[in-house]
Amino acid sequence: MTMQQLREIGRAFIRRPAGIVGLIMLLVVVLVAIAAPWLAPYHPKDKIDVSPGDLLTPPDSEHLLGRDDAGRDVLSQLIYGARVSLTVGFVASFMSMVIGTTIGLVAGYRGGRIDSLSMRLVDFLLVIPDLPLMLVIISMWGRGLWKIILVIGLLGWTVTARLVRSQVLSIKERCYILRARVIGASHYRIAARHILPQVIPLVIAEAVLAVSGAIIAESSLSFLGLGDPTLVSWGMMLNFAFERAISRRAWWFLLPPGFAIVWVSVGLILIGSTLEEIVNPSLKTHHLFDSRRMMARIAGRVPKEPAPDHTALVETERAE
Amino acid sequence: MQQSNYLIRKVLFGLVTLAVVVGFNFALFRILPGDPVKAIARSPRLTQEMREKLRVEFGLDKPVFLDLERLKTGDVIGAFDTQFTAYINALLHGNLGISFRSRRAVSEILAERVWRTVVLVAAGETLSLVLGITLGLVAAWRRGTRADMGILLYALFSWGLPTFFLGIILLILAQGLLPVGGMVTPGLKPEDGWVYWTDVGKHLILPTLTMAIIYTSSYILIMRSSVMGVLSEDYILTAKAKGMSTFRILRSEALKNAMLPMVTIAALNLAYTVGGAIQVETVFSWPGVGRLMYEAVMTRDYPVLQGTFLLLAVAVIVANLTADILYSVLDPRVKAG
Repeated sequence: MTMQQLREIGRAFIRRPAGIVGLIMLLVVVLVAIAAPWLAPYHPKDKIDVSPGDLLTPPDSEHLLGRDDAGRDVLSQLIYGARVSLTVGFVASFMSMVIGTTIGLVAGYRGGRIDSLSMRLVDFLLVIPDLPLMLVIISMWGRGLWKIILVIGLLGWTVTARLVRSQVLSIKERCYILRARVIGASHYRIAARHILPQVIPLVIAEAVLAVSGAIIAESSLSFLGLGDPTLVSWGMMLNFAFERAISRRAWWFLLPPGFAIVWVSVGLILIGSTLEEIVNPSLKTHHLFDSRRMMARIAGRVPKEPAPDHTALVETERAE
Repeated sequence: MQQSNYLIRKVLFGLVTLAVVVGFNFALFRILPGDPVKAIARSPRLTQEMREKLRVEFGLDKPVFLDLERLKTGDVIGAFDTQFTAYINALLHGNLGISFRSRRAVSEILAERVWRTVVLVAAGETLSLVLGITLGLVAAWRRGTRADMGILLYALFSWGLPTFFLGIILLILAQGLLPVGGMVTPGLKPEDGWVYWTDVGKHLILPTLTMAIIYTSSYILIMRSSVMGVLSEDYILTAKAKGMSTFRILRSEALKNAMLPMVTIAALNLAYTVGGAIQVETVFSWPGVGRLMYEAVMTRDYPVLQGTFLLLAVAVIVANLTADILYSVLDPRVKAG
């Protein structure tokens, strides 16, 4: 990806209101996460003047979002929670992206047995229910931030691999790849220097969408009681709130972390789908709104009818 | 010929998937530090008699995978007398171990709860299919209008909404109006007949609604673009030229042709729906397999956790295999897969 390409993408991006709105939504959360120690009025784990009257008190001027069942400030927990969500989201998504791109690139470029083997692996991972698998692994392995990141990252690369593979299949038949081969470029060089740069923009768009998926996965795990016990995350706040505060209708403890998750993931979805629209002009509609991509996403199988990207489809069929 | 090849390949893949899941389930609970399975057999919560029974049934004093000592002496068959074969044997007899917490057989607990989850998932899937097909059809028919944008916006937002949080919101909103927890008002029994079943129905409303709101979005998006694809075909123009009303075109032509992908998607969505069921059952205390899994996590009831995961994974794999077979029957074009 050259600088010029990057500039073009940037220029196209700022013309789209959905992308700008999403970017602003994400930036707010990123800034909050970075500035957490200065923004948070209290330490998230501090139990302030714990007396029975302080537990689950509604918002007042000292505690803008009230206090939880242990007398801790909810707003401070919310602010620090942004760090956990963003860390999990970005690191896990980066991991999936690296694994998915590598597997997709090798499978698409080399073809043959490696290709069919890795695609069967993708099929396999797609039929295994994610959340139960994550629950089982984390509860056996033990709770911890890095374990959660690893599990989400290692299970989330399938869509990227499939996407990269189909792109590589069409790119590798183009003339300049053949020319590079004739000149004597190695396979490694062709894959790394000529094919990889072509798929990177699409991979980045996919990765942004994957961040929101990872954030939701982390919050579900934490809500089900498997969050990192040493940290305060939004999902864990919801777990505590649900277990202890719902009967007392403590909305100030229940609603803010949930809406924070929705806020950041909707922001990311807006950015990701805008990016995808820009870098993949063959998609006439929004990627979320394209049935074939949707099917590939859900089912991991591309239907045989003509897809928007005709070359890619022809190649897929030939390879099979 | 090609058709049967396709089926054989699918069935083989399904079997391999099942085998890997069973192997994974076995390995995960044994290779990790602390060896939970041995811990199970030593659990002070079980009676001496139960511990002894488990030890024998699961061959816990035998080697894990392969008895190398006996292999060296040439006793090839005896070398496979291991924990793994004992596990497979127990599994084939429907023996999934004993729950830590309730001291009952895991298979018994699962059998008691599984239909409740089936009811919930079926209700949720049906409602989201009906909603998704209707809204997707409207969006495609009125594309570019405010109705279309509204429907798309809804799909976008529900994409970023965690299932459990939606459940919590509905639970708060419906407090006092609808039952928000459990499956039936305590005290009612199936013998009460009509009263009992309407009560169960009322308890089912919120969990079903939660699942439907989340899972409708993918059906809307698929339906919308496949109807849009169909509407751009020439035969739709012909039908219009012959004077068919828009409603009839939508109903008889567009709907029929756009429905085929929905059949498979519905089954394929199951891998996600199962994860949703765990969250929804947890929020609404619906006493199904999902809630059981949450409780097993909270109480570290490993045998139950293992059994639940196996059940869910096998159910999804079998459903997908069925969908593949069904699809190839419904659409003879699918051969090369």
